[in-house]
Amino acid sequence: MAASIFTAVPCAPPVAVFKLTADFREDGDARKVNLGVGAYRTDEGQPWVLPVVKKVEQMIANDNSLNHEYLPILGLPAFRANASRIALGDDSPAIKENRVGSVQSLGGTGALRIGAEFLRRWYNGNNNTATPVYISVPSWENHNSVFVDAGFKDIRTYHYWDTTKRGLDLKGLLDDMEKAPEFSIFILHACAHNPTGTDPTPDQWKQIAAVMKRRFLFPFFDSAYQGFASGSLDKDAWAVRYFVSEGFELFLAQSFSKNFGLYNERVGNLTVVGKDADNVQRVLSQMEKIVRTTWSNPPSQGARIVATTLSSPQLFAEWYDNVKTMADRVLLMRSELRSRLESLGTPGTWNHITEQIGMFSFTGLNPKQVEYMIKEKHIYLLASGRINMSGLTTKNLDYVAKSIHEAVTKIQ
Amino acid sequence: SSWWSHVEMGPPDPILGVTEAFKRDTNSKKMNLGVGAYRDDNGKPYVLNCVRKAEAMMASKKMDKEYLPIAGLADFTRASAELALGENSEAFKSGRYVTVQGISGTGSLRIGANFLQRFFKSSRDVYLPKPSWGNHTPIFRDAGLQLQAYRYYDPKTCSLDFSGAMDDISKIPEKSIILLHACAHNPTGVDPRQEQWKELAAVVKKRNLLVYFDMAYQGFASGDINRDAWAVRYFIEQGINVLLSQSYAKNMGLYGERAGAFTVICSDAEEAKRVESQLKILIRPMYSNPPLNGARIASIILNTPDLRKEWLVEVKGMADRIISMRTQLVSNLKKEGSSHNWQHITDQIGMFCFTGLKPEQVERLTKEFSIYMTKDGRISVAGVTSGNVGYLAHAIHQVTK
Repeated sequence: MAASIFTAVPCAPPVAVFKLTADFREDGDARKVNLGVGAYRTDEGQPWVLPVVKKVEQMIANDNSLNHEYLPILGLPAFRANASRIALGDDSPAIKENRVGSVQSLGGTGALRIGAEFLRRWYNGNNNTATPVYISVPSWENHNSVFVDAGFKDIRTYHYWDTTKRGLDLKGLLDDMEKAPEFSIFILHACAHNPTGTDPTPDQWKQIAAVMKRRFLFPFFDSAYQGFASGSLDKDAWAVRYFVSEGFELFLAQSFSKNFGLYNERVGNLTVVGKDADNVQRVLSQMEKIVRTTWSNPPSQGARIVATTLSSPQLFAEWYDNVKTMADRVLLMRSELRSRLESLGTPGTWNHITEQIGMFSFTGLNPKQVEYMIKEKHIYLLASGRINMSGLTTKNLDYVAKSIHEAVTKIQ
Repeated sequence: SSWWSHVEMGPPDPILGVTEAFKRDTNSKKMNLGVGAYRDDNGKPYVLNCVRKAEAMMASKKMDKEYLPIAGLADFTRASAELALGENSEAFKSGRYVTVQGISGTGSLRIGANFLQRFFKSSRDVYLPKPSWGNHTPIFRDAGLQLQAYRYYDPKTCSLDFSGAMDDISKIPEKSIILLHACAHNPTGVDPRQEQWKELAAVVKKRNLLVYFDMAYQGFASGDINRDAWAVRYFIEQGINVLLSQSYAKNMGLYGERAGAFTVICSDAEEAKRVESQLKILIRPMYSNPPLNGARIASIILNTPDLRKEWLVEVKGMADRIISMRTQLVSNLKKEGSSHNWQHITDQIGMFCFTGLKPEQVERLTKEFSIYMTKDGRISVAGVTSGNVGYLAHAIHQVTK
């Protein structure tokens, strides 16, 4: 057979977080714990389909008037409106002034990608391949790939995590913003920063906004955990809403994977806040062109579930309750892990475990200690030391705490 | 001032424009022949029974909502490959292929386009038939490739310009990319005969072209899934390692669920693994992993013998209704007294028909009879019913006599 055109295609390395889960699955040790991939788990260590989701899916299944016809290119109208409303607030001036647009997308990733593709084409004149895009260090590792594949050539980092004090490096962050070229794009985590779990305080957000306004920096928010972080939708949306109230035009990539537990239905939304309705209309018309060549129109099932839930006061209340259940369990695991480590006298300080927020915690374990955890203790976490708090259960808390204690005391 | 002041209004979608105008029309006899979705004989969307049954099975299983792998649902991708290639295919049995789940046909095409842009260094040129589906051009362009064309449709005969196609294809620079519609060419409905496919395969092999098949209508075209996949399978048997995009939007009526697949036929299983690893690297920054619902429905249907049988009957039913409407349209035109040759209406296959009507005639159809179609004279036969085919024939006769 003739040499193949693909002979030279190299084998790509597997995505770390998925490889971790694959290794976990193959591990035969009974004590094994998966603190890797970011999906919620119950106290029994099981995935959790939200009761309100089960209910609404049944409603959808029983509704014979529904079919599988194409959604519009920008998605299900009821989903789009409700999704943006959840983020910006019922009384959002931007919504009242009709200057909010929405693009239903495939998960948060899809929303980021559509937003990135649009910015590369249309932000600040045309052709923005050279416009700097700033991503926090660390950040979700896929942020970089999204913007690279969207065509941006100048991806930079901004300071975020202070390793020594295990908290936000606000000075470094603001410094980077002062030095960034005007009109640079900044990817901001709306809440529950992934992977550090460390968010700016409202006061710190105000400082960030002030610099960004003065230097004409574009805010692209990534909101994957609204409600899931604190248990309060409003609290978790505070930063985004503050920026809107300060008059910013911004993009917001929303995911409903975690707060609705709809991971595999790929439910996301890109919210666009503009200066006025006319600008937003033109932006949406160009978003349609981008969507049309990426996936034509988005999948219907997940959007129907979310739209149905958010537009019914009764179902919305049930959903809110389900979200709080998840957030509360995570908060409980945080306090339980911290208290165990402190009781064990594990070297170092552990208040960051409860001060951090959301699904993840940056434990502070170094790569060698992480390797020890995986190889010797069969506890799976990312090399960065990030753990998924909902991988903890009342049954495995003791084992995990003791293992961390061992790792920290035995390995330097 | 806004960041977006300079953003131009995107041009309106021609097909959506047709539907918008249709919706506004108050004429009770109005017909929407722009719609690219199947309608039953009452003009209604049709949810297949096998789909309903698969959904009931899913509801009873109480599955979780965990992320799919990046490459999608394995049962689905394997069944998709088998459906396209045939269970006896050497390529399928040897495992020298990779199939990843894509977002219906568009998403699958785009994955392939992105993959070619990144790894196919021999050429930036994709050759499309003239005409082709309107979205092919922007998909490949957005992926960073360039578009060229080869002759395909002969407007004088409303059929295949085979000699023109062979002539053009024989001159395509070696190692360029050529896109072929596997069956039910969109928008013309004009497909090569098997003898013609054989000649196409020979010239494509001679020119050492990279073949990319778009198969959006397997089963939906002739009613026979094997017959509709014949060209794809023949090419592979001839040693042509094709790329293939599949859609389940039409043949399973799963439009809004976005079920599709992208396949690369490789030299061997090892190469397939390398290609798969790179496809995952492309997919992750697009949408991370694909949506479950449509793929699960399709997988249950394909992998459950009873449901698969039922599906084959239903997809044949849809194809047969379309074929019957074509036949009725032609016989009604004859009854109206039309002297034109309308044979192309029954010669063409699939959802669409290039009527041969000119823009002025199309405009008259819309203005005088409230019959809506695209300016190129394309009709969606799926929008024709036994209740309105007489009216349609009458109207066409009026504007062409």
